[in-house]
Amino acid sequence: MAVIHDVMPAFELFQPPTIDDALRLLGQYRADAWAMAGGLDTFDWLKDRIKRPKVVVDLSQINELRGIREQNGGVEIGATTTLTEVVRHPLIREKFSILSTGAEAAASPQIRNQGTIGGNVSQDTRCWYYRAGWPCYRAGGNTCFADTPTAINREHAILGADRCVAVNPSDSAPCLIALDAKFVIRTPKGERVVNAEDYFIGPGIDITRMNILQPGDLLTAIRIPADWAGAQFYFEKVRDRNVWDFPLMNVASAMFVTSGKIDRIRIAVNAAAAHPLRLAAVEDAVRGKEPNAATGEMAGKLAIQGARPLRFNAYKIPLMRNLVKRAIGGVEKPAWA
Amino acid sequence: MGLIQWATSPWGREVPIHIAFGLVWVAIVCGALFLIAHAIYVAYWAKSPEAASGATVGASRQLVAGIPERVPRHSFGARLFHGVMALAMLALLFTAFLPKMGVRFAWVTWHWIAGIVLTVSVIYHLFHATFWLDFWSIWPDREDMEDASRRVRRALGMAAPAPRKFAKYPLENKLYHLAILCAGLAVIGTGLLMMNRVQTPFFTRNPYIFGFSDMTWGWTYVLHGFAGVVLVALIIAHIYFAVRPEKLFITHSMIYGWMDREKYLEHYDPHRWRVGEAASESGSPGGSKSRVPV
Repeated sequence: MAVIHDVMPAFELFQPPTIDDALRLLGQYRADAWAMAGGLDTFDWLKDRIKRPKVVVDLSQINELRGIREQNGGVEIGATTTLTEVVRHPLIREKFSILSTGAEAAASPQIRNQGTIGGNVSQDTRCWYYRAGWPCYRAGGNTCFADTPTAINREHAILGADRCVAVNPSDSAPCLIALDAKFVIRTPKGERVVNAEDYFIGPGIDITRMNILQPGDLLTAIRIPADWAGAQFYFEKVRDRNVWDFPLMNVASAMFVTSGKIDRIRIAVNAAAAHPLRLAAVEDAVRGKEPNAATGEMAGKLAIQGARPLRFNAYKIPLMRNLVKRAIGGVEKPAWA
Repeated sequence: MGLIQWATSPWGREVPIHIAFGLVWVAIVCGALFLIAHAIYVAYWAKSPEAASGATVGASRQLVAGIPERVPRHSFGARLFHGVMALAMLALLFTAFLPKMGVRFAWVTWHWIAGIVLTVSVIYHLFHATFWLDFWSIWPDREDMEDASRRVRRALGMAAPAPRKFAKYPLENKLYHLAILCAGLAVIGTGLLMMNRVQTPFFTRNPYIFGFSDMTWGWTYVLHGFAGVVLVALIIAHIYFAVRPEKLFITHSMIYGWMDREKYLEHYDPHRWRVGEAASESGSPGGSKSRVPV
């Protein structure tokens, strides 16, 4: 059960200066170690005494993990680059504006100054049953408290649930999927580069994790290829409080339109499932069609196929349908505007 | 390593949630040690079956003459059940424990589907064995105990009459069946309850069903886990015996349904496992019923 304390619990703190040093520590302590970037998700867990790592590896001293570099027409973003740096970087604003829009939608300015892109994509779910320390599936237990006849589950999943119905709360994740980003992971066996959508996993694969990182692994960078530079982007986030909140749902799309027809498109939604969903079926269905309201309508209906509402989140189905519709067909301006 | 994982329920009670999954490694090691020990025992110490078993007592020439060349042992229905059950069991164990060993895949759906297949096959087997086979042939009886006692005493160098040849199933086979029965019914019973906690076409997920407390659910999961690791060890032993050279004729009979007359006469007592004309005349006490197809 969560107990809020004002002070941090005891743990051994390491502040390695290089990636190799960090990997050595993470490899040495494995499941007992906690890799900390901006600390915004970390401190909640530690102060609530729900996660109790023996060792915290603070990544903030590793210069190699910071910064945004141009790379073959695309960019490479160090994992501990802050969201503010991502939002303000001219290259990203010019070529991959959807990422700066998505990153700017995350949290508050203060949090974006401290929070990192690596932390934003790797953060844990906000399911309050889980974060309260209840022994649910995600915490290693044998039930989901959020998927019961009496549960409060307004923010939970409508798709991809497998025992656990928590959702991924990242705003930058769907943008990176839309941009076909690659995640660079250093493991004890070497470097691994995975597609953005493959970085995230659902509860069916591993119910206690939201991404493929295993103990000893470290996300070091995110590479965005030039392929989608300058595409027609769309990002929209729906939340309860527009100043500062996690998404009820968000959508990100990148599209190239040639001769009035959709030539290439990538689209992803988040907070609909335990991992950001790339809507490949929607992409296939709209390719070659005009990006108008009718295509958007069709895409929206296709996107929600298989959705299963819980007690309090049925609203997410029309929400997702409309977000996808707008991402494809655009938003009609009201007559009075 | 504890045997059970515990957690604090929302009500502040310490409740069991799972077995310690390291126990699967214990089961694998135990199974491996058993087969190594048994292989060494058979190679260096065990006496030949002829020496250990007495001659067929009083088997009349007429009785022996009535034994067909191919002695029916397992009906098609029994073999089909065994195959389906084996596939389901292996699917259940792999889907249950591979994820715990770090092989990540969406296992839950495959697991409960295999569980349903196992359940249906076991229900079929219960009816089939009760009404169409000789139900009592697989249960240990007084003669099995006497022979076991004789074997032990002779192995220890004590004076004892020679044990008889086997009935249709040796005592070890019967005890193994009993162990599989207990572990299998435990995983099926607990598994059907646990299916209420995952989304399937059969049930609407409801962890509050039956009014079980967190403690009751916890013990349900623990029993499921313990039975699962016991099955790992039992199946290692089963596969080992199935491929041992001197047991291959039994494995052959599970595939084809019959065994050679010579093997039958070598290992089995025609009085205790009656086949052919003798089975028809006697109503097949302790053996295959005559309706088993050859």
